[in-house]
Amino acid sequence: METSTAAAKVVNPQEKKIVYKTSDLDLWYGDNQALKKINLDIMENEVTAIIGPSGCGKSTYIKTLNRMIELVPGVRTSGEILYRGKNILDKSYQVEELRTKVGMVFQKPNPFPKSIYENVAYGPKIHGIRDKKILDQIVEKSLRGAAIWDEVKDRLNQNAYGLSGGQQQRLCIARCLAIEPDVILMDEPTSALDPISTLKVEELVQELKKEFSIIIVTHNMQQAARISKKTAFFLNGEVVEFSETNKIFSTPADKRTEDYITGRFG
Amino acid sequence: MVKCASHLVIGMKGVFKLATQNTNSFSVQKMIQEKKKKKSAGGITEKIMPYILFLTAAVSVLTTIGIVLTLIFETFLFFDAVSIKEFFTAKVWYPFSETNGSFGILPLVMGTLKVTVIAAIVAVPIGLASAIYLSEYATDSARRIIKPILEVLAGIPTIVYGFFALTFVTPILRDIIPSLEIFNALSPGIVIGIMITPMIASLSEDAMTSVPNSMREGALALGATKFEVAIKVVLPAAISGIVASIVLGISRAIGETMIVAVAGGSTPNLEWDITGSIQTMTAYIVQVSQGDVGYGTTIYYSIYAVGMTLFVFTLVMNLLAQYITRRFREEY
Ligand SMILES: Nc1ncnc2c1ncn2[C@@H]1O[C@H](COP(=O)(O)OP(=O)(O)O)[C@@H](O)[C@H]1O
Ligand SMILES: [Mg+2]
Repeated sequence: METSTAAAKVVNPQEKKIVYKTSDLDLWYGDNQALKKINLDIMENEVTAIIGPSGCGKSTYIKTLNRMIELVPGVRTSGEILYRGKNILDKSYQVEELRTKVGMVFQKPNPFPKSIYENVAYGPKIHGIRDKKILDQIVEKSLRGAAIWDEVKDRLNQNAYGLSGGQQQRLCIARCLAIEPDVILMDEPTSALDPISTLKVEELVQELKKEFSIIIVTHNMQQAARISKKTAFFLNGEVVEFSETNKIFSTPADKRTEDYITGRFG
Repeated sequence: MVKCASHLVIGMKGVFKLATQNTNSFSVQKMIQEKKKKKSAGGITEKIMPYILFLTAAVSVLTTIGIVLTLIFETFLFFDAVSIKEFFTAKVWYPFSETNGSFGILPLVMGTLKVTVIAAIVAVPIGLASAIYLSEYATDSARRIIKPILEVLAGIPTIVYGFFALTFVTPILRDIIPSLEIFNALSPGIVIGIMITPMIASLSEDAMTSVPNSMREGALALGATKFEVAIKVVLPAAISGIVASIVLGISRAIGETMIVAVAGGSTPNLEWDITGSIQTMTAYIVQVSQGDVGYGTTIYYSIYAVGMTLFVFTLVMNLLAQYITRRFREEY
C-alpha cells in the first residue's frame, strides 16, 4: 500500500520534512493536566494515527495543533509546537492563518445549514475569493477530491442536511479541501458512520495523503493499522510509544502498548 | 405525604438489611402494585383532567373568536354609515363633525407607519448587535448580568416610556432640531424603538445561542474570524428566530398606544414629515374612548373600524413572519 503511493509521489522519502514538531507539551484544563510532556515529530505527506483509550488526550492534542483548544475556557499550555518551524503556541502567531493552513474534520459531521455548494464555497469566500467561475471550479475540484462529486453534482443547491451521515462527512472533507490546506486533522472522522461510509472515508484518506499531511485520531485500531504510516499511542495524557504503524502492531516496544492493541484494556 | 415518605425510608432500610442478609423476600414490584391500588382512586383525575384542560383551552379560543366577531360586527355597522371607499381613500380623518365628518383612515395609518419605521430603524440594528454580542462575545458572567436586565427593561410599563419620550427625549431632540414640535413622530418612534430593543435582543440571542457549537467550530477551523462566524454562520442559521423576534417587535410597535398617545399628539395627517404632530390608529382609539362619545354614533363605531384595520395589520405581519421563517429556515 505504502509503496504504491510512494511511487505516485515526487517527494523522496529522505527529503520528507517535519510538519509538526511538538516539544515538551503540557496542557491543563484548569487544574486537571490532560497532556504531559508530549514529544512528537509528525512528517509531511503521510498519515499519522493517534490511538489510545477514551479520555487519554487524543482530541485534546489534535485540537491543540490548530489551537481550537483555545475555545475551552481555562486551558493553559506550556512547551512548544513548531508548525513548519514556527511556534504556534506563541500568542503572536495568527490563529486564523494557522487554521487556513491546517484544516479539521470533526467526529460528528458538522456541515453548515446551507446548500452543498455554499458549504464548500464557504472557506474560499471568507478568504476573499468572490469570482463565481473560480468558486465553481473550486467546488467541483474539492467535491471530486472528497469522492462525493458524482453523488451530489445534480443537487448542489440542496441543503447539506439532506445528505446521509457518510456523505455529510465527505462534504466536510470537501469543505476542508476547498482552501487547499497543508495539513488535515481528523478527530475520529468515522466513529459516527456506518461501515460502508467508513470504508469510503478510509479510501479517501489514502488518496488525500498524496497531497496532504494527515493526522487522524481513531480508537479503532484496525483503522489505524489499515491507513497510517506512523502511529502514536497515547495513555493518560502521555505518548507511550510512537513509531512505524507496522512495528507498533507487530512488535510493540512497550508492554502497555501491547496490552492495548491486544485488547487487554480500553 | 409525610407518612408516605417515612414509610418509604423504612422500606429502604428494609431493602438494605435484606440485601446484606442475601435474602430476596423484598419485592419492588409488589410495592409498586400496592401503591397503584391506593392510587386507583386517583384514576378519576386521569379521566377528568383532559376535559378540564380542553375546557380551559376552549375558553381562551372562544374569547378570541368572540372578540374578533364583535370587531367584525361593529365594523359592519360603521360601514353602514361610511362607505368602504371613503374609509380607504379619503385623505382626511376628521370624525368630530356632526354634519360633514371625514373618515379616511390613511392619515392614521401614516401616523402608525412613521412611528413604526422609526422604531424599527432604532431597534433592529441595536437589538441584533446586542444579540450578537451576548451570544458570541460576552462571557458567561456578563451574560448572566445582562440578560435579566433586558428582561426587566422589557417589562417597564409603556406609560413610563411615554413620559420619558415627552419630558426627556423630545426636549433633547428639540435642541438638535429646532423645528421639532412638542408633539411629533420622531420622539415616540425612537422611544418605541428603545422599548422593543430588549425584546428583539433577547429573543434573537436565544435563537443564536441555540445554534450548535459544532457549526461555529466548523467555520473557525476554516480560518474564519469570530465576527465572520457570527455574521456568516450563526446569523443565517438563526435567521428564522431572528426574523420572528423582529416581527414581534414591529407588531408591538404598531400596536403601541401609550407612548404615542402621550408624546405623538393628536393631529392625523398624511405628510411624510416626522417633526410635526401626528395621530396613530391606537392613539385615536384612546382619544375617542376618553371622550364621552354617544353609543351608536358613527364615531363610536369608527373605533371598531380602526381597531379592525389595526388587527389586520398585525395579522398580516404575523403571516408574513411565518412565511419568511419557513422560506428562509436553515435546517440543521
Ligand atoms: N472541555 C474540557 N474541560 C475539562 N476537561 C476536559 C475537557 N475536554 C477534555 N477534558 C479532559 O481531558 C482528558 C482528555 O480528554 P480528550 O482529549 O477528550 O480524550 P480523548 O479524545 O482521547 O477521548 C479527559 O480526562 C477529559 O476529561
Ligand atoms: Mg476524543
